[in-house]
Amino acid sequence: MNHDAVETKVGLLGVLIALVISVGGLVEIVPLYFQASVTRPAPGIKPYEALRLEGRDVYIREGCYLCHSQMIRPFRSETERYGPYSLPGESVYDHPFQFGSKRTGPDLARVGGRYSDDWHRVHLLNPRDVVPESNMPRFPWLADGMVDGALTARKMEALRKIGVPYTDADIAGAAAAVAGKSELDALVAYLQGLGTNLRTGT
Amino acid sequence: MTSGWSLFVIILTIANIVACFWMLRWTSKPRTANEKIGGGADTGHVWDKDLREYNNPLPKWWLWLFYITIVFGLLYLAFYPGLGNFAGVGGWTQTGQYEEEKAAVEARAATLLAPLAALPVAELVNNEQAMSTAHNLFQQNCAQCHGSDGGGAVGFPNLRDASWQWGSDADSVVATIAGGRIAAMPPWGAVLGEPGVEEVVAYVQTLSGQQADATKAAAGQARFQTVCSACHGMDGKGNPLLGAPNLTDEIWLYGGDAATIKQTLMDGRNGQMPAWGDKLGEQRVKLLAAYVTKLAAGQ
Repeated sequence: MNHDAVETKVGLLGVLIALVISVGGLVEIVPLYFQASVTRPAPGIKPYEALRLEGRDVYIREGCYLCHSQMIRPFRSETERYGPYSLPGESVYDHPFQFGSKRTGPDLARVGGRYSDDWHRVHLLNPRDVVPESNMPRFPWLADGMVDGALTARKMEALRKIGVPYTDADIAGAAAAVAGKSELDALVAYLQGLGTNLRTGT
Repeated sequence: MTSGWSLFVIILTIANIVACFWMLRWTSKPRTANEKIGGGADTGHVWDKDLREYNNPLPKWWLWLFYITIVFGLLYLAFYPGLGNFAGVGGWTQTGQYEEEKAAVEARAATLLAPLAALPVAELVNNEQAMSTAHNLFQQNCAQCHGSDGGGAVGFPNLRDASWQWGSDADSVVATIAGGRIAAMPPWGAVLGEPGVEEVVAYVQTLSGQQADATKAAAGQARFQTVCSACHGMDGKGNPLLGAPNLTDEIWLYGGDAATIKQTLMDGRNGQMPAWGDKLGEQRVKLLAAYVTKLAAGQ
């Protein structure tokens, strides 16, 4: 093949470019879909209960992931502060995952049980009440917003379609599990569960 | 990784590097017998009537950067895990490096902490090095609730006063930090009714010397002694074994005004100190116990 052919036939050029740039993805991403340590849950990891699932949606809606990561890297400075480093098998039921990419606030991958429920409530409504130096925004509307239980079961059904093993009983009980709960309750339940499964599972 | 995928990764990676090398060679050779490279020769492309493009080779330094990149890639794949399941010559792993760093620092920390291990909490208080370590631990783990100065917040105990909800002796403080505490004040609204609660509020206010309606306080006293005294004691001085606060001092966790006391009585409170023993280990918990003892002593 002559080099001129590549330069003058734009279709051929496109195909060759696509081939070249796909190599990185084929080598680094594609095999992960077939690797048990990435696709199977780590010991002790269970799907989110209804209330925590709703809390997770509040977490996503409020954009918490923009300032908080959920990925403890295997560096001593990180495990010292946040706890054991994250494993791929811990995020298998996270759709979409909440690894985040920036830490304006601390990592939350193992924040569960670190503070009391009351602390989270006070802190979410006005962080300065407990941490005067904090620059986290207030989320006062969370206490008033109620979780819409009508959608919970449908969310769980959708997640089941992509491989989260919810049982029929989980889905049937979803609306009752979130009935009368505020978004604040849901978010606190979600935060208090983060990283605790693995700790008890090992 | 299964050996099939391992092979897939190896073949693609090596093929990619070989292809890079081949492409560098291929594009730097004349493409036809007539083509001239360098020395003022042009590509034969003409734009805007007279614009011609020199057919010069890539500068040598640039070409060599490409070659160096290729050599670097090959060496990297030889020494570090990258080619499928091939672990690399040195057997380096990410977690291995992490464990090594951790062990090195733990060993250093152990030599620092060893001289302190035998000291009781009461002596650690006066040990400058222990207190500087404890200060860092406190800022890292405790300041979120108790404040960076230990001054606490509404619902989160002030550690700078002399009031100890769960006891001030070293063993109690260590137990509080290591095992956590649940301070459950049950809700009394349903039991006492709102008027009953208001009477008790009045009595509790008088306990710490506040002004309150004398009639209500007298009625509240009787209720206090049947209901509240089980935990807070007949005299309202509390019971550190149950985490029941002393009501006769002027130190309030949730607030000492009538409205707040009423809310506390109606709905109850659920104070929770998380357990830190597993996260921090015995030695660091002891340092923190000394640190908060020192804070409370006002030093």
